[in-house]
Order: sequence, then C-alpha cells, then structure tokens
Amino acid sequence: MSSLSRDEVAKLAGLARIEMTEEELVNLSSQFGMILDAVARVQEVDLTGVKATSHPQPLENVARPDVVLPSLSPQDALSGAPAQEESRFRVPQILGEAE
Amino acid sequence: MALPTYEEVIAKWDPVLGLEVHVELNTHSKMFCSCATEFGAEPNTQTCPVCLALPGALPVVNEKAIESTILIGLALNCKIAPYSRFARKNYFYPDMPKNFQISQYDEPICFDGFVDVEIETEEGTKQFRIEIERVHMEEDTGKSLHVGGATGRIHGADYSLLDYNRAGIPLVEIVTKIVPGTGKYAPEVAKSYVAELRDILRGLKVSDVKMEQGSLRCDANVSLKPIGSDVLGTRSETKNVNSLRSVERAIRGEMIRHAELLNDGKKVKQETRHFQEDTGLTRSGRSKEQAEDYRYFPDPDLVPVTPAAAWIEELRATLPERPSLRRKRIKEEWNVPDKEMEAMINADVLDIVEETVLLGADPTKARTWWLGEISRIANDKNVGVADLAITPADVAELVALVAAGELTDKLARQVVEGVIAGEGKPSEVVAKRGIKVVNDDGALMAAIEKVCAEQAETAEKVRGGHLPAAGALIGAVMKETKGQADAARVRELLLGHLGVS
Amino acid sequence: MIRKTAAQMADALAKGETTSVELTQAHLDRITAVDGQVKAFLHVDAEGALAQAKSVDTRRKSGEKLSPLAGIPLALKDVLAQKGVPTTAGSKILEGWCPPYDSTVVSKLKDAGVVIMGKTNMDEFAMGSSTENSGYGPTFNPWDLTRTPGGSSGGSAAAVSSFEAPLAIGSDTGGSIRQPAALTGIVGVRPTYGAVSRFGLIAYSSSLDQAGPFGRTVLDTALLHEVMAGHDPKDATSINAPVPAVVAAAKSGDVKGMKIGVIKQLQGEGYQKGVQARFDESLKELASLGAEIVEVDCPSFEYALAAYYLIAPSECSSNLARFDAMRYGLRTGDVNGASAEAVMSATRDAGFGREVKRRIILGTYALSSGYYDAYYGSAQKIRTLIIQDYAKAFTKADVLVSPTAPTTAYKIGEKVDDPMAMYLGDVATIPVNLAGICGMSLPAGLAEEDNLPVGFQIMAPAMQDHRLYQAGAALEAALLSKWGAPILDKAPALGGSK
Repeated sequence: MSSLSRDEVAKLAGLARIEMTEEELVNLSSQFGMILDAVARVQEVDLTGVKATSHPQPLENVARPDVVLPSLSPQDALSGAPAQEESRFRVPQILGEAE
Repeated sequence: MALPTYEEVIAKWDPVLGLEVHVELNTHSKMFCSCATEFGAEPNTQTCPVCLALPGALPVVNEKAIESTILIGLALNCKIAPYSRFARKNYFYPDMPKNFQISQYDEPICFDGFVDVEIETEEGTKQFRIEIERVHMEEDTGKSLHVGGATGRIHGADYSLLDYNRAGIPLVEIVTKIVPGTGKYAPEVAKSYVAELRDILRGLKVSDVKMEQGSLRCDANVSLKPIGSDVLGTRSETKNVNSLRSVERAIRGEMIRHAELLNDGKKVKQETRHFQEDTGLTRSGRSKEQAEDYRYFPDPDLVPVTPAAAWIEELRATLPERPSLRRKRIKEEWNVPDKEMEAMINADVLDIVEETVLLGADPTKARTWWLGEISRIANDKNVGVADLAITPADVAELVALVAAGELTDKLARQVVEGVIAGEGKPSEVVAKRGIKVVNDDGALMAAIEKVCAEQAETAEKVRGGHLPAAGALIGAVMKETKGQADAARVRELLLGHLGVS
Repeated sequence: MIRKTAAQMADALAKGETTSVELTQAHLDRITAVDGQVKAFLHVDAEGALAQAKSVDTRRKSGEKLSPLAGIPLALKDVLAQKGVPTTAGSKILEGWCPPYDSTVVSKLKDAGVVIMGKTNMDEFAMGSSTENSGYGPTFNPWDLTRTPGGSSGGSAAAVSSFEAPLAIGSDTGGSIRQPAALTGIVGVRPTYGAVSRFGLIAYSSSLDQAGPFGRTVLDTALLHEVMAGHDPKDATSINAPVPAVVAAAKSGDVKGMKIGVIKQLQGEGYQKGVQARFDESLKELASLGAEIVEVDCPSFEYALAAYYLIAPSECSSNLARFDAMRYGLRTGDVNGASAEAVMSATRDAGFGREVKRRIILGTYALSSGYYDAYYGSAQKIRTLIIQDYAKAFTKADVLVSPTAPTTAYKIGEKVDDPMAMYLGDVATIPVNLAGICGMSLPAGLAEEDNLPVGFQIMAPAMQDHRLYQAGAALEAALLSKWGAPILDKAPALGGSK
C-alpha cells in the first residue's frame, strides 16, 4: 500500500504553488494511497529495453522560418491583466533572488 | 582577521572554475514565436499569445536558432547530437510567463567541445584548454522593473512591472566542464575564455555579444581546494557578471572571500551570489526555502531535433577562421607591430580594418585611419567606431583618393569629418565642400614667387645648391596654399624656379 | 427544422429553403427553452452568432461558393480560444477571460462560415468524465436529467443530443469526446493526434489532447471533421499530410471484406450487461454486412489506465503552471504587502477545483526527482508497449472495436467522491490517446436495464480516420433500418416540447 504523508503533500503543494488548508492536505494525503497504488501498476511490467514514448507521432525537425510576424498590440497583450501600469503587467512584490 | 591578499590565497589554495555563458542569438524573431527581438522597444509591443503564455498557445522552434546553435557548437569543437530534445524546466517566476522554461536537459544539441585560450604572463605566453560540457538552446525571460523601496532593487520593492518583450528571445547556454589547474591565472583565464567566446560568436555573426546590453552574460562558479588536494571544495555561483573586467574581478573576489572563510575554518555555502559592479564584491542572493526541483521532462509540444549529418558538414564548411588564429595571420600578413596589434584588438577595430583592407586599402593606412582620426572622433562622441556613420568602403575610398594625390592627409581628415557628419561618401564630401588639392601651377607659382621674395636668403642658399634648405620654403608655400597643394609638385616647381632641377 | 441532420440543414440552406439566420435563431430559441434544464452552455453568443449567420446569408445570396457547412450553427467546447468571447476551460481561474486571438480550429470554422453559437460546459481543464468538475456546475444528460452526460466534453454532447445544436466540438484526452457521445446517444470522433491543430486548445495533456467533432450522424460528424482538420504550422505536432477523405468514407459506408478486430481486453468483466449486449449485437450486424470479425490480443492495455493517470497529470502539472494571477485570469489575496508568490498560491487555491488540484499534485509527484523513472518514465514505456500492441493488432484487422464505456450514464454525484471509480470509466477509451490514433463512438442502442444509450467504439491507425467513418456509417445504416428511427427519437422530451 503506497502512501503520501501530509508533509509530502504539503511539499508538493509548495512546488505546485497551491495554498492548501490543513483539511485539504490531510484529505489528499489519504486519497493518494489508493491513487498511487493504481498508477504504480506501471511498475509491474518488465520494461527493460523498452524505449519511452514522449510523442505519439514520430515527427522530427519541425521548425519555422526566422520571420517576424505582427505581435499583439500592447492593449491586447495587456487586455487580461489583473493590474497594469505604464503598458506593463503590474504584479505584487517578487520575493525571488534574481535581479 | 583581515582579508587575505591574493598572493596569500594562491599560495595556499588552488581554484577550480566552471563557467556558464548565456548568449542571446540575433535572430529576427523569437525562439518559439514570430515576435520581433529588437532591443529597447516599447514595453510589451513584441509579445503574442505564445510568449505571453496565453492559454492554448503553442511554441514552434525557430530554424535559424537551431542553425546558429549548431554553428556555435561546431566553432567550439563540439559533437553535434544526431537526436536532441527540448525539455521543460519547471519553476515559478513572474518574469517567466509559462512558469516553465523551455530548455534542454539530458539531450543537448552540442556536447564535448573545447576552446583554447592564451594569456600573456611574466613567464611568457601560456595556453589553457577549456573543455566544453554542453551547448544547449533555451529562451530568455521577461524583464521586471521594481517600483518602490529605496534602491529600485527587488528587495523592498512595493510591486513590480513586467515587460515580456525579452521573454522568448533565443538563448544559447555554453557550459564548461570544471576547469582545474589555472592556479593564480584563474581570473585571467576566465576573462580570456569569455573574450575568446565573444570573438568566436561575433565571427559567426550569431549574436550581438554586447555584455552591457545583456546579450552575453556570464555566471562564474568558483571553488577552492588546498593545493595538491583532489577533493573539490564547495562552489559558489556568481551571476550578473556584465563585462570582461567583471569576470576577472568577480572570480578574484570570490577566491579571496572563499579563502577567508576557509582560513577561518568556516564553510563556503553553496549558493548563488550577485556581482556588484560598483564594489567588485558579490552579495548573497535570497536563499531559497527549499532546493528547487525542476521536474524536467521532454516538452510534448516540440518534436525532436535530428540534424542531418550532411547539413552539419555544410555548416562546418561555412565556419569562419578562429579569431585567435586570424589575429596571428593578420599580424604576419600586414606586418603589424605588437603594440599596434594590441591597440587594434583593444579598440575592437580588427574586423573593420580587415574589411577596409579587403576593399583595396593599404593595411597600414587603413589601420592608421581607424585607430587614429576615426577612433579619436568616436572617443569624443563617446561611442564605438562601429557606431559612426563611416564605413570600411568610405575609408578605402579615402585612402585611394590620398594615394591618387587628390587629397592630402590633412584634407582627408576634413573629409572624414564630413562623412561622419552625414554629408555622404568621401567623393561627395569633397565635391560639396569644394575640397581639392591645389594643382593649378599658376597659383602655385605665385605663392612660390611670394615665398622666395620673403625668404630671399634661404632661396639664395637653395639656388647655390644647398637642397635641404628647400624644405622651409616648401613648408611656407604649403602654408600659403592652406595645405591644398600637393607637396611633391610644389617641390618640383620651386626647384625649377630656383634653377636647380 | 432543428431535428434535421446538419447535412439536411446544409441542403436546405443551399436550396434557399431556409436561411442561416432562421436556422441559428431556431437553435438559439431551443437553447432558451431547454438549456435551463440541460446547462450545456457556459456562454451563448447570440449576437455574434446571428451576425455570422447574416454574413453567410449575404454571401450566399451574392452567389459566392460556400463551404458545405456554411451557415450551420455549432456549439464549441469552452476549451478552445475564441477572440473576444469568454473562454474559461470550465475553470474559475479563467472566469471572464476573453482571448485576444482565435484558436486555429475557430479560424477554420469562421473561414468555413460555421456559426459559433456559444461555449459549452466541461470538466475543469477537461479533467473529468462527467462534467461535474466544471467550476460552473454540472451539465445534465438530456436522456435523464438526474444523470451526467459524461465528460469532459459533456456540454457539447448534451447540446447536440438535446437539439440545441446540430454539431459541436469537443476535445478528447482520455475519451472526453467518445465517452460523452456514448452516454448521450450521438456520434463523436477523436481524430488522429496531430490531425487537428491544438493551437488555441487550452492544454490539459499536450501529448494526448485532440479536438474533434460531435454530430447526430456519422456523415454530419465527417463534414465537421473535414472543416476542423489539416496541417497547422503553428502547432509543431501537427501532421503535414492531406486530411483523410472522411466525408467520402461516411457516404460509402461499406464494410464488405473489412476485417474488424475485437479487443479481448476491452469487453466482458466490468462491462454493464446491456452495454455488452448492444456491443455483441452490433458485431453481428457488421458481420452480416460482410465484415470479417476477428479477436485481437492487446495485453498491455491492462496498464493503460495507470500510464494515463501518470502522463496526463504530469503534463498538466506543467501546462497549468501558467495560471498564476500575473498576466490574466483570477487574482486573489493581493492584499497590501502580499508577495507575488503568496498571491500565486492563494489564487491557484481559490481558482482550481478539487480534481485539478489532485492531478497537479499527482503530476508534480510523478515528475519530481527520485520518482521520475518509477512513475513518469515507466508510464512512457508502457505507452510504447501499447503502441506495439496496436501495431500488431492492426496487422490482423483494419479497424478495432470495443464498447466505448463500461457503463451507461451514471447519476450525478454518484462517483464524485471516488476518483478511482470515475477513472475506471475511461478504461476503453484511453489506449487510443496513448497511442495517438483515432477513435469514434456511435450509438449502438439502449441498455435494456436502464433505457440509456450505449456507445460502440471503432479505432483505426493514425491518419486512417476514414476507416472509422466507413465502418461507422455501415453500422449506423444497419442499426437505423433495424430501429426504424434515430435513437434520439427515444429520448424524453425536454422543456415540454420536442
């Protein structure tokens, strides 16, 4: 029986940037055992020497020419913005490390 | 305890480097969409559903970006992967619209290359081989403007404003293997490596390679180990290194900082640091709550890149001469003294001089114009020579006009001014300004007679066969004709006039 | 008029017996009358639809040569971007968002003069099999308003089966067109992966998603298929090849000599009695039409569900990262001093529903370092085995068949608290998505135990979509002559009128 602890769920929720209440964490943790058991069936098969398929069609080298086409107008680009200022997207203060 | 001096550091510690260079390609359109890539455009005018990551939008790779990356790989002596894929690097950051970066993970397009760099030392020229781990394709992020707070920096800002014009510009990341054995030369080797890369990329014409505009950026990994030890120390990664000089300073600074910690028995923290251009020191980035887990996986929206071997060979055949070899060849072919060669490289005029020479100009003349008068004007205007409105073709024409006797050097300088002022090609400037060498013998004879009368004593000496005295008279005639006369003709006429021809 | 097939409506338009404005208005009236009960639509764009209809009428009057479906109204799954029209993918996180661009499918519909009446309800971001996961409440099955229409394209299927629209577009990541088609008694096709552009289709799982047509007949579905499909340079996974001749195949409907493979693993145990019975009868019909029925073995299909529920969540965990409150959509928690990071987390908590969060967390787990090989990596290898099973099966048969879903429509609320039970409903449809091939569901009759529609699934190799229509049209004709009337005639009346 697989399981995922409340703390593991909390860590995943952090990685996925989803705030979760204690109740949600506990609920998900309890559901995950069953779900993980079901999906872990992929490990029952002997997969030695089997190649992974990431794309269902065997296409290769699909590229476009280096040609500029019209962009959106800044009005259209910003049309969905929750907040904007000076033709830029206004976002809350960023706590990251990049400058 | 005081900071150790650099000499103290290298007496005890052996630095190990690792360099990651990001290069913005100079393609017309972005990596995965058809938006323009112009630097300095109005905010969010070069964005579309793809680079804004609007729901439903899909990336399609720019074929020119693939070609440029392969060229870079070939120029860096890399192997080109017959099969490579794009992968998604997942992490949240507001300047990255999709909250994943399309990059390459375990299947980069180029791998296993090297670059040889030379540095001049008191022990003579030393060569170092920098091994290249990989060259891969990815995309740039948007730019944020931090508003509020004291310094305009991210820390303490009230909010940020995002411009996604830069988001999706093609980036190529060039990663070295660890670089051991550079000893005390580490900072200089790193600088030379980045300079060599810059020259190679410029020669390939795949990037603007302007460090100050961010089209070439360097992250420097530094660690120290005790001399003689095989065990690598903990490294720090310094970002934000925006000039060749900063590469050198940042590495030197980090070596000293590490040594100070290690000398005190402290540990170096594995972290990202930011180089401060003003102080030359690095500052710790905000430490993350937990180690990032990028959850790389093959991007299902993009298909594998499998360049044909024949195409790779075609590209290889177009590779320009390696910059360092080219410099050697030019130095020999043009017979350039060391100091002049260095001056040309430092002034960044080698390309432009060579172009001028290829247009027929004498190498020495071409070099003198670009390094002399034109560089002086560029300095006055505080711009690069390449930014002036004068081209190799103009200079080649100028050199030809002087050689044909239609301009004197002095007049040619006026023509240069005119060309730079936008008055047209040299011949047009000559015509417009009415600049011409005085070769009307009548006018010259009048001047000669006038000068001989004024300096009768000197004239008499010449008449008596003392030819060196003629110089003073010729000079006076030139002065009289405001430099528009051809000195050789003046001499001829003067000597004839004085009966000593 | 609204009970006619799209082909008949197109004919009437061509002959001048009606106008697109009349036709569109009739459907808008029907929506007004019954959608309060069915709740197929999230947004009805009456004004835009009538304007489009009027323009087609004008062009027709001027003698312009129009596409076969010009002037025919259609319902569009809310997963496809339509410029200036609210597009939410069934999620609160996109409430009120109007795309500044058209998806390629929408461009093609507009070019063909198809009248887009509005956006249909769906499971949030297409994650679900019952349309109960919509952020805007469930859609109800026109056959029994206490039951789900299936999902995730439940709104589109319900719109077509309740005569609110003659045609609709859905998307199918694990069966989201075929299963609701089965549960509502209509035809639905998931085209070959790469046959229809995904540009502008809000991504759930990029390597599995594919938009496709719904209709009440095989021919109608083919007509829409032909309009939607075709190479698109804006989608790198789009196949650069001519669209298979699906309309011609739907018109021919000949299965004489066709080899039809019954997949051993997709029948029997776990399949409702009436579902299995209708499936078996349909096979007999096909055999009597001259098809050769063979059995094929696809042992890896046993692991398809597990592989799907790793691959789709993994891709979705990355695809849905862009919904972060920065550039569009919902933003919550932006109180004084809150960081961008905190606002992202609060918004994603408030904007995403339970199932979406569950899948994002599962996908985040499956891709995380230390688990990648065991989960995502293994799932991708199972995918290879499934492709190999199909390849082998297609050496023995021209098309493969199975029941579309193990059961008929279930009650609303019946499975919402049991995700695994819900997931099991996709067991027969998922292998097609994993292999990137094409599949169709068409009505096979009603299950005797509940009088609800049963779907018959046909599968064909990549870019052999015409085979679906050829076999489907043959079976459809045989069943229609057996029943004497279209199956939807047996559905109860809605809103007091038929």
